[in-house]
This record gives sequence, structure tokens and C-alpha cells, in this order.
Amino acid sequence: MEAFTRAIRCDCLRMIHDAKSGHPGGACSCVDILAVLYKKVLNVPLEWDKAVDFNERDRFVLSKGHASTALYATLAHCGYFSKDLLSGFRKLGSKLQGHPSSRTKLPGIEVSTGSLGQGLSIAVGIALALRLDKINSKVFVLMGDGEMQEGSVWESLMNANAKKLDNLVVIIDKNRLQIDGLVDEVKSLEPLDEKFKAFGFDVYEIDGHNYEQIESILLEAKKSNKLTAIIANTIKGKGVSFMENNPSWHGKAPNDEELKKALEELNVK
Amino acid sequence: MLSKNQTAASPRNCYGEKLVELGAKNPDIVVLDADLSCSTQTCKFAKAYPERFFNCGIAEQDMMTTAAGLAYCGKTVFASTFAMFATARCLDQIRNTICYSKLNVKIVATHGGITVGEDGASHQALEDISYMRSIPDMKVIVPADCTEVNDVIEYAANTKGPMYIRIPRTNLKQIFDPEVYRFNPSMGVKLRDGKDLTIVSNGETLFEVLEAAKMLHEVGIEADVLHYPVVKPFYHTALKESAIKTKRVVVVENHSVIGGLGSAVCESLSQYAPSKVYRIGIKDTFGQSGEQRQLMEFYGLTDKKIYEKIIKFMDVK
Repeated sequence: MEAFTRAIRCDCLRMIHDAKSGHPGGACSCVDILAVLYKKVLNVPLEWDKAVDFNERDRFVLSKGHASTALYATLAHCGYFSKDLLSGFRKLGSKLQGHPSSRTKLPGIEVSTGSLGQGLSIAVGIALALRLDKINSKVFVLMGDGEMQEGSVWESLMNANAKKLDNLVVIIDKNRLQIDGLVDEVKSLEPLDEKFKAFGFDVYEIDGHNYEQIESILLEAKKSNKLTAIIANTIKGKGVSFMENNPSWHGKAPNDEELKKALEELNVK
Repeated sequence: MLSKNQTAASPRNCYGEKLVELGAKNPDIVVLDADLSCSTQTCKFAKAYPERFFNCGIAEQDMMTTAAGLAYCGKTVFASTFAMFATARCLDQIRNTICYSKLNVKIVATHGGITVGEDGASHQALEDISYMRSIPDMKVIVPADCTEVNDVIEYAANTKGPMYIRIPRTNLKQIFDPEVYRFNPSMGVKLRDGKDLTIVSNGETLFEVLEAAKMLHEVGIEADVLHYPVVKPFYHTALKESAIKTKRVVVVENHSVIGGLGSAVCESLSQYAPSKVYRIGIKDTFGQSGEQRQLMEFYGLTDKKIYEKIIKFMDVK
């Protein structure tokens, strides 16, 4: 798994470097979660929409759409589409838009995201539809912690509880940083776990870079028939020393030298 | 196609009843509301099919993205609230999620326009068509009577993609004979033939325009009256042919003169048949409290006011 996530992080940084723009910090913080999700947890057919059991798949919504490179690289490394496509990221005519777009019909992308605070609500709608259709699969949504400052998120948490959804798992990539600095300093969310509990969620707190923990809690959440929130404590820019915990790497591309240094670090570890 | 019977009926009732009828035939229809189901009349569907009705509470942003999720899974989703709250408040959700993903969500907004009445400016949506018209892949439809509301809702249920359908709070006088008239989603409809000017309208002002056209006829001015229920996409042909003939166009709408049907008409004519255009609507201002008819009168949207304005316009060389 470590080699797998290293390769994904390297591709994220290459894509952002080549595109001269993108979001390395928030991508690197959620790579481990995404890798475990797609490798060990989600039931999503590789043949994507051609699969006979396509409707029965688990659904995944990347609410923090700016971490698109992490999702694209994970999907490519899992085999949903060719890794060759990754080099098109953010380029004219590419299926790999800056933020995920369902319009480009890239296998693995469920819905368009990018404007923060909407993925959870989309996931609630999907969960309601699955329940109506008696489809027994789960909806996973990955949000950023900064994103939870959007008021619409709390509308959706309220709705998930009010509608007694038992097929929704909310994962928070809690990297503690947003563009302007620490989430705690810009507009604190604490106590986040208590807030989730008050909204009717079973809450788990994990180390978002510990594969065993991620896997065991996600699998438990998948089996559970209660609303579940997983607060994953992560490090923004994880894996690259000069990016880690540095908000200036939220939305900046590494130059040639920085990329070289970053890839060396990732490959050495 | 015009009806002899001009009885007024509630388009909201009509919408609610139509949803129940369609819901019986199509199990994939689901309906969402944001705590206004009695006003929008989606309560009828809620009563008939409680498992397919989702009240999202006073949370319009959440309603629109929840609608998106349901639509993504193959549901035909109707989401309703007042036009004021169905557009501006959740514009980002409508643009970035519903329209960008081309999802099958029908936003049926009631209480459009100045005729919301006593609630005043905070509840009078005068810019909603402007917002909706500017989003790619959004269809915008403003039916003019209950015959048309019925047809439009059925069309919406049977046609994929995002739509914004605006109906007023007021009762609408019957314009179209339900035995004869069928809503056509891809054309403007000529309702009266004249050579002196073209009047374009839709929604609740269409009835007023037809009455104004009769008054104009009394003084020897013959108007082409065009009904444009579909504001977007805009179908140019009927307007172009009429404007080439009359060279003068008046647009009447229960909406701001910025961004609505008047703007759509100007955009079309500037390309296909440059003409003198007079836009009658709410002139870039907020509304106010008042009775429905008083407000129509105050903002110049009654038959008599429209007639007077057109008489003046005809004097302009």
C-alpha cells in the first residue's frame, strides 16, 4: 500500500507541475484515504458503466473537488482508465478538468464538484434514491474540514439525520488548514466530533495516514446501519517535507526544482 | 386555440394535481419542497406518495443539491419553493451541480413576479428569469394559464435535463382551449394577427396583453401578439417574421426589464431583425407591498396601462 500511495502522490505532483496549477496540499492529505477506499472498501466495477451490476455499486463523491489529482491518480492506478490520461490534467479538451466534471464521462467520476459545501448534499440525494430503489450499497463522501464552514453542509447533516439515512458515510479529511491559514484561526469548527454527535452521527476519529486504521474503520462503517462520520486527522501536503503543514501549498504548483526534490523525497521513503 | 371561457383558476393547484397524476404513472417521479408545500401545492403529491416526497425544511441550497443526487440516480425530480428562494439563494447549487452535471431536476417555482402582493419586495422575485436564463443547459418556461401549466409539467416530466418553470401566486384566467391548444416547446405562438406592431409576452401578463390588443384594435391599431412561454432556448422564427413585418416590438412581462423576456427579445432582434423595442416590466427597482391588482396597476402591467403605454410608443418616430 505504501508503494501504491507513493506512486499516486508522485503522479499528483507531476500533474500539478505539468499543468502549472492545482492543489497539492489537499490532494496529498487525502491520498491514503482514497487509496484504501478504492483498493479495499468500495465496490465499484472497473468496467464502470459497462458492468452488469453497475447500479449496485457503492457511490463516492469527492466534495473537496480541488483534490481532483488525488482522485484521478487513484482511479488511474486502480485501472479505471489509462494512466496516459493523467498528463492531460487541466489542459484544453482533457477529460481531467481542474475540478471533477461528470460531463467529460471520465470513468469513476460520479458527479461534478468543485464549489465547496455541496458534495454531502448530493450524497444525501443519492442515498435517498438508493433507499427508494432498495439498492443495498453505500454512499461515501469525502469532505475537507475547511469546507465545513459552508452553511449548506450543516443543512445537509441535518437532513441526513432527519431522513434517517443508514447508507451514508461521511469522511472528513481534517488537515486543519485552509487557504488563509489554520482552520482553527480562520473560523474554528471545534468541537467537531461533538457537533457530528449532536447531528445524530456515530463518530470515529482516525489517523488518516494509517492504512490499517483507515481500512478497519471504513469497513466497519460500510457494515454499519447507522449514520457514520469519520474524522481523519491528516497532514496537508503529506509526504513532501516542504509542503507539509504549509498553507501556501494549498493551491500552488511546484516548479521544476521543487518537483524534483519532492519526487526524490517520495521515492526515498 | 383561444378559449371562450375565461374562468380564473389557480396554477399552483393545477401543478399539484398534475404531479399526483404523473406520479401515478411514473414511479420515478420524486418531489422536494422547502417547507412551503401548502403554498406550492406539492402537499398533494406528499399526501398521495409520502415515500417519494422529501421536505428539506427551510434549506433551499440543500434541497437543490439533494435533488441533484436523486436525479443522478435516475429519478425525475421536481423541486419547488417560492421563486425568490428557488433561484438567488441556491444559484451556485443550481449552476455548479444541477446544470453542470445536466441533471434531471425541474425547478417549479411559484410566487414569481410582483403579484406575490402583500409580502412585499423580499418575496417578489423580479430577477429569477434573468438568473436562470444565464446558466448553460437550463431551460426556462413561463406558462400563461392552467391549460398550459398542465402541458408544461407533463412536458417537463417527460423531457430530460434541468428546467426552470415559473408560475405566479395569482389565479390565471383561462386563455387556451384545453381541447385545442397544445404547448409546443420549440416555438413562439402567434395568438393575434396585426400589421402595426408586435407584442410579445408570457405568464400572467399574456392575458392583459390580449385585452390591450383588443383596445388597440378599437382605435385602429392592429397588433401581432406573440406568446413566448419558452424564454430559453429562444426560438427566433415567430419573432423575426413578425418584427420584419411590423418593425415595432413591445415586450410585456412580470419581471425586471433587465435579463428577462425583454432582454431575450432584444438579443434575438439585434441579430435577426433590428427593430425599435419597448420593454414593459419592472424598471430595475424593488417591489413593495400591495394588493395584486393594485401592484399590476402601479407597475403598469394591466391591460389599460399596457394600452396607454403602447399608444404613446406608437407616437415615437
